Amino acid sequence: MLAGIRDISPVVLGMAPFGLLAGVAAIEAGLPAWGANLFSGAVFAGAAQLAALDLIAKDTAAPIVIGTILIINARFVMYSASLAVHTAGESAGRRAVMAYLLTDQAYAVTIARVTEDPRMRHRFPYYAGAGGTLWAFWQLYTLIGAVGGAAIPDDVPIEFAIPLVFAALLVPAVTDRATVAAAVTSGTVATLAVGLPANLGLLVAAVAGVTVGVGLSRSRGVAA
Amino acid sequence: MTATVWVILVVGAVGTFLEWWSLLSVAHRAASVPPLVREALRMIPAAALAALVAPAVLRGGSADGGLALLDPRLPAAALAVLVMWRTRNILLTLAVGMAVLLGLQAIS
Repeated sequence: MLAGIRDISPVVLGMAPFGLLAGVAAIEAGLPAWGANLFSGAVFAGAAQLAALDLIAKDTAAPIVIGTILIINARFVMYSASLAVHTAGESAGRRAVMAYLLTDQAYAVTIARVTEDPRMRHRFPYYAGAGGTLWAFWQLYTLIGAVGGAAIPDDVPIEFAIPLVFAALLVPAVTDRATVAAAVTSGTVATLAVGLPANLGLLVAAVAGVTVGVGLSRSRGVAA
Repeated sequence: MTATVWVILVVGAVGTFLEWWSLLSVAHRAASVPPLVREALRMIPAAALAALVAPAVLRGGSADGGLALLDPRLPAAALAVLVMWRTRNILLTLAVGMAVLLGLQAIS
């Protein structure tokens, strides 16, 4: 467990702006501070939280917000599959805990560790140490952001920080021709479809982007 | 906390848990994801993030009205992406993007 906490520590610091923003965004969306932490505890997935709070602030209909959360979090299905292979012997209860603590970061450090040492023992404590530490700091950052966010002057366009964070995350997500095509298609469709009711354009754009990306990678026969 | 926010909170949380839990729940079968599904999942981060970024940058932060290509959000975002590409530092990226936007708004 200590090894997991040690390996996740550098990541915890880098997560601070993201977590603070999750708190600020909740306040901007009209939630109380406890609501911000409830959101961080329930959904516990930074990008999906920020997107959802941004949409709530724009009075978007609930099904669109939920659809957006689920699309952004769909990558966890892939992580879940990947982790499952390495944790075949664990009990259902432990696997449920692992599921709840699943994040990009906890997944990344655990897979790196298991790949390095395929016969690694005590995998669950390692993962729980990393994931639990991340969870605790995520709650702390959200609380600080929610309480401190109210002090930001109204004329500072703080809501622009959300697309900026997404732009930053987009950079490592674009790794080859197919992902570039997915991003360009989706961005174009989303910009043109802004007029659709209730921010529906977002989901239409994501589906279009994924379709073009998959089509391109299949037609080239590259499985990157 | 409005009723809409509660619905989003509860359904979003349950749905996210099901995604986390999806394949961990069948661990004993050593699940593998079909290639087509794996490719689709691989495209999702790029597609979803681009859909969130592009309108916010190209439409000057408002849904009504046309393209706003002269808005300071465009150079701010472009410079931020450049910083991220070079440094992979989210905090620095955020700081540069906000500073450019604030600076350009102040002089315009």
